[in-house]
Amino acid sequence: MDPEVMKSYLPLYRDALFLTMRIGWQGVLLALVLGLVCAAVLQLKLPFIRRIVAVYVELFRNTPLLVQLFFLYFALPRIGIRISAEVCGWVGLGLIGGAYMTETFRSGLDSIARIQTESAASLGMTRFQIFRYVVLPQAVASSIPGILANIIFLLKETSVFSTISLMDLMFTAKDLIGMYAKTLECLTLLVIFYLIMLLPVSVAGSIIERRLRYAEFGN
Amino acid sequence: MEKALLTVEHLYKSYGGHTVLDDLSFTVRKGEVIVVIGPSGCGKSTLLRCINALEDIQGGQVLLNGESVRKGAGNIPQMRQKIGMVFQSYDLFPHKTILDNITLAPRKVQKRGKAEAEREAMELLERVGLADRKNDYPRQLSGGQKQRVAIVRALCMHPELLLLDEITAALDPEMVREVLDVVLSLARSGSTMLIVTHEMSFAKAIADRVFFLEQGKIMEESADPKSFFQRPQTARARAFLHTFDYER
Repeated sequence: MDPEVMKSYLPLYRDALFLTMRIGWQGVLLALVLGLVCAAVLQLKLPFIRRIVAVYVELFRNTPLLVQLFFLYFALPRIGIRISAEVCGWVGLGLIGGAYMTETFRSGLDSIARIQTESAASLGMTRFQIFRYVVLPQAVASSIPGILANIIFLLKETSVFSTISLMDLMFTAKDLIGMYAKTLECLTLLVIFYLIMLLPVSVAGSIIERRLRYAEFGN
Repeated sequence: MEKALLTVEHLYKSYGGHTVLDDLSFTVRKGEVIVVIGPSGCGKSTLLRCINALEDIQGGQVLLNGESVRKGAGNIPQMRQKIGMVFQSYDLFPHKTILDNITLAPRKVQKRGKAEAEREAMELLERVGLADRKNDYPRQLSGGQKQRVAIVRALCMHPELLLLDEITAALDPEMVREVLDVVLSLARSGSTMLIVTHEMSFAKAIADRVFFLEQGKIMEESADPKSFFQRPQTARARAFLHTFDYER
């Protein structure tokens, strides 16, 4: 292993890290919003839209991200819809993530006891008020472990971006190996940079989880 | 005679083929305290849940001031504001402080100002001796304290009728008293209440009328609780009350 070589690669990896994080977190944000909205639609049993949501969730949960990205990047232009690689990246990630987040939020919503809804109803609250003020805040809190797992999963999935020529970490490593054949150095740096991106999320996640457990709601 | 606040007419409720409430009819006047007793499974809790439209009913009707209360009807949130309910398991909102638990519905449902709602909440908390716990979360309170907060939460909506569903059943014996004292003071201040309980001496002390419910029917009704508890007229009520005595 040649430390000098590794050092010379650092700026490239740093740029790739920034790009990966930017697209990754944009995707995560989209996934959170989509997941919350879709879970709310399912929970409130909104007619018609819930069917669309159900189809969306099954479609995206049961196809690989790689296939979804290829579809966005290579197939859509054939019907005249041209999207940049970067937008394909975060939208694709957001769509698959949204499907997972929907399921996570939904199980959180299901975990809130029915009597909570009834005691809110007996105070004269409407269905939407009960959802907004009583069920949702509790459900989000109980979904947090699942949400964190999803976030880490999504940030790792960014490695498939390299297939649509986004210069993310994976792409950068493959490119450098192809050019200079410093396989060991390149892959070691790759591991380190993924850890730089994900370890803080993991650590922050376990701190949040511990605090949540400590502040366990319990009735 | 004063007009009825609550009218229950030919109320019929069944789950599948099982009849829970069988053609119940009665009225409650303003200021009256009705205690409903009976063996478990006799439909007491279901009766309260039907009056608050938490259950579908298969026949008859429930009227509050002549207005129909029925699950699924558009006016249900408005009607429920007039009917307070306290449950056996308190069911405070665990993610909100005591004060927020009480003021949530007054503010969001009745659109009252924060300051005004909090002022009233504090007055009520003072009355039940829990003013100093306003910033605590439900998990920090004992069962009896939680139940007193649940009563205050219902009261803060100014209900015309209060339904209490076995509110001391989940409490340790020494906490029962503190909750019952609150209910007793409500009765003295003229609240209209329909109370389901297994606390017989409490029932005797507080009731204007007692209903003995069995198999979904009012088997015995008495406007003289003292003599009802001493000399019930029906054999079934006698047998039921006898289970509470430990004599050798």
